[in-house]
Amino acid sequence: MRTSNLMTPRMRRNLEGYLFIGPWLIGFLAFILGPFVFSFLLALSEWSILEPPKFIGLGNFQQLLGEELFWKSLRVTTIFTIVSVVLRVSIALLIATLLNQGIRGHRLFQAGFYMPVMFSGVILGVLWAWMFPFDYGLINDLLRRVGIEGPRWLSTPPLALTSIIIMSMWRVGGMMVIFLAGLKDIPSELYEAAEIDGAGGINRFFSITVPMLTPIVLFNLVISMIQSFQVFGEVAVLTDGGPYNSTLVYLLYLYRQAFTYLHMGYGSALAWVLFILIVSVTLILLKTSGRWVYYGGTRV
Amino acid sequence: MTRQAEVGPQSRLAAAMGARAAVTNYRLRATVQSIGVHLVLAVFLILFMLPILWMLSTSLKPASQVELRPPQWIPSPFNWVNFADFWRYASFDRGLLNSAIMTFGGMIGVFVSGPFVAFGFARLQFSGRDFLFIVVLATMMLPAQVTLIPLYIIYKNIGWLNTFYPFIVPAFLGGGSFFIFLLRQFFLTIPVELEDAARIDGCSAWRIFAQIFLPLSKPVLATIGIFSFINGWNDYFGPLIFLSSPKMMPVTVVLATFKDLEGGVQYNLVMAAAFVAVLPCLAIFFIFQEHLVGGIALSGLKG
Repeated sequence: MRTSNLMTPRMRRNLEGYLFIGPWLIGFLAFILGPFVFSFLLALSEWSILEPPKFIGLGNFQQLLGEELFWKSLRVTTIFTIVSVVLRVSIALLIATLLNQGIRGHRLFQAGFYMPVMFSGVILGVLWAWMFPFDYGLINDLLRRVGIEGPRWLSTPPLALTSIIIMSMWRVGGMMVIFLAGLKDIPSELYEAAEIDGAGGINRFFSITVPMLTPIVLFNLVISMIQSFQVFGEVAVLTDGGPYNSTLVYLLYLYRQAFTYLHMGYGSALAWVLFILIVSVTLILLKTSGRWVYYGGTRV
Repeated sequence: MTRQAEVGPQSRLAAAMGARAAVTNYRLRATVQSIGVHLVLAVFLILFMLPILWMLSTSLKPASQVELRPPQWIPSPFNWVNFADFWRYASFDRGLLNSAIMTFGGMIGVFVSGPFVAFGFARLQFSGRDFLFIVVLATMMLPAQVTLIPLYIIYKNIGWLNTFYPFIVPAFLGGGSFFIFLLRQFFLTIPVELEDAARIDGCSAWRIFAQIFLPLSKPVLATIGIFSFINGWNDYFGPLIFLSSPKMMPVTVVLATFKDLEGGVQYNLVMAAAFVAVLPCLAIFFIFQEHLVGGIALSGLKG
């Protein structure tokens, strides 16, 4: 008890506070901040683990700018991200709006749409690998039933990426649930007033629902954009980057460089490029959001 | 009332009939619209369920019916033995055990340290708190890949590669910024009066946390437990990098190699294995659906 007499109440409060957040602080220093700084130094070095690291300044970044596969993976990932995010946000919004119309069996529908989210990337890839095959796949069977001869999805370059986008559209449940929560917060008076003014369903959707939901659209856009830039497991299992690297997503390229060829420095540089890219796109989305996001009736 | 009295009986009748017609018309339109909405949703739902039905159907097919064109939709007979057969191709049972160890280890870590840390951020006054909480939020934005390579090297040097430590120990140190954030938001909603009364009675911060806050936070702990379970069970990138021996691999990695095993495993067996691998997450989902959906909505709206 002698120590407590020596401490001012303020010091005691600080001690108490840091005792509580202590575990996080240790974890942050050891597993996040430390590796973060280390990663920056690695990005400026050449290191294959076998030999001691060598400082090469911006050499890794120079190298990656001249690397064809770097640009290819960046292009593949960007196309995937833009198409997949736009489609997923639209589908999630559509389903959520329909589900919000006082539907019978609401819970059953919601559970059904959400279920695919439980499938990990690997299981997703394994499952869809059996949806796409030319002869035995379910998709081509359905197409044949309506008289269309389906393509060889996974072995033709532009279609392989299309297949991955189709697969990604299966998991819109998370976004849908967030949209549903947002829809419940829209005051029903707005709809009633519009109905009295004679606005039809589609009119109400675009003049009330969409504007009122724009903050949530922004949230879903940012989160799904960040996730899409980091797509890995399902692509690794479904196409493994092929054919002809047409589905070589960024992380697959990074993984091979760092852990197959042991280019640890180059891999770190790739990780930093991804990090900077994600932060920039997020900031651009947030900065430009003022033009189309509607906060509580006043445009900010 | 007065205005109504002025209107003649005939026009009143016409108005009533017109109103009734309008109401009938409106009801009819509403019914048609509602049926339409149900139909569209049903079509969507069937589309969403097809892959899962396809997986179940394939997993129950005898080998001779797997590669047929056109495919046989309903296996005949149901080849239940597939679910016993796939185990011999890879160390699948070992994979399930490894996944369980990593997942529950991580989950216990989150339960033990997450609420503790979040209480500090939500309810204790100390200098630097707000700045440090911004740091917590900032780390949520940091893609895991940036720290991945250094962590690999660090783990290599301290002998953690090919052990379960990388999946369990960090969880005991706060459990991840997202969980701290969710718990803090929840703790902020608990009324101050409860805490003040306890303070006046001379309770320490620890007792306030353990005896007031922890018992109240069961719903949010359930949400976090579910998220942590699903993340742990579905993790692929981490095990792929930090583990090397086949005996240590979780079910995700085992399943991914399953597809490419020498000679190729029949796809009916692969699908049976995939179904067993996803079953724990589906079970959790159906049991705790409310918590899961509530938690996602919460994270989305407060985020």
